[in-house]
Amino acid sequence: MSMNTYSAQVRVTLKRGVLDPQGKAIEGALDSLGFEGVNQVRQGKTFDIKLDANSKKEAEVSLTAMCEKLLANTVIEDYAVFVE
Amino acid sequence: MPRTTIVQFPGSNRDRDMIAAIAKISGISPTLAWHTDTSLPDSDLIIIPGGFSHGDYLRSGAIAARAPVMKAIAAAAGGVRILGVCNGFQTLTEAGLLPGALMRNARLTFVCKEVKLQVANATNAFTAGYRDGEVIRCPVAHHDGNYFADQKTLKSIEDNNQVAFRYAEGTNPNGSINDIAGIFNEQGNVLGMMPHPENLIEPAHGGQDGRRLFEGALNMLETESA
Repeated sequence: MSMNTYSAQVRVTLKRGVLDPQGKAIEGALDSLGFEGVNQVRQGKTFDIKLDANSKKEAEVSLTAMCEKLLANTVIEDYAVFVE
Repeated sequence: MPRTTIVQFPGSNRDRDMIAAIAKISGISPTLAWHTDTSLPDSDLIIIPGGFSHGDYLRSGAIAARAPVMKAIAAAAGGVRILGVCNGFQTLTEAGLLPGALMRNARLTFVCKEVKLQVANATNAFTAGYRDGEVIRCPVAHHDGNYFADQKTLKSIEDNNQVAFRYAEGTNPNGSINDIAGIFNEQGNVLGMMPHPENLIEPAHGGQDGRRLFEGALNMLETESA
């Protein structure tokens, strides 16, 4: 099987129920800029990752392991993996 | 003589204060270990000091927690006393050696000031020099000290008396849940705390409330009171 290069995005967000003071501050700033109707802002992180793998499935498995071991702190964060 | 090892990471900056405190209190200079070390000398106490390891990229303590030396620390955590202060506390939670996580301070600002700590459990070696419920002074200096654990974890921490210190008298500087300033692991030989006891150990510091923590951890309390 030949290795392909995949472009992936990992999204890490705070779990529901975990307070996000940074999101709250951004919400307040949007309000003071006059943006109306913003009910909630939750801040997170994205990682754009290029990786070599034998298949899309293998890339997803590898990225999930990266999230569990480093990219997310699963005590407070959820993650989602997207592979193109 | 008690043997202490202090682990240094790129970006540790409270390590010098810790070295001075240990040398002064124990009468013997600590051994220093580097984050790439894969083994540690026999020690009675291993300390991860404060600072900003690896720039605190990703999350505070996250990269440090995956450094080679942490495997040796995890192995030692089976029995050796381990103390993580500030960034060291963040590193121990990131490494899974202590429960919960330390998040951005609730007011988003870096706090550098003195707080009051209430001793929540004085039955541990680390806190044996204090009385249960005693309120002591201690400096804090951090941006990510907002302790968080989910309800189930929090309940088990409280039920097992794993809270070592709480911020007292409305001095919670960071929004920590249950005012938690420091916690033990389940076994009680690992302590993580955001405040800096090493910065209040001699009269020149303006007080020495932090001193008894090290004397307790190094089994030096008897000789002290004798």
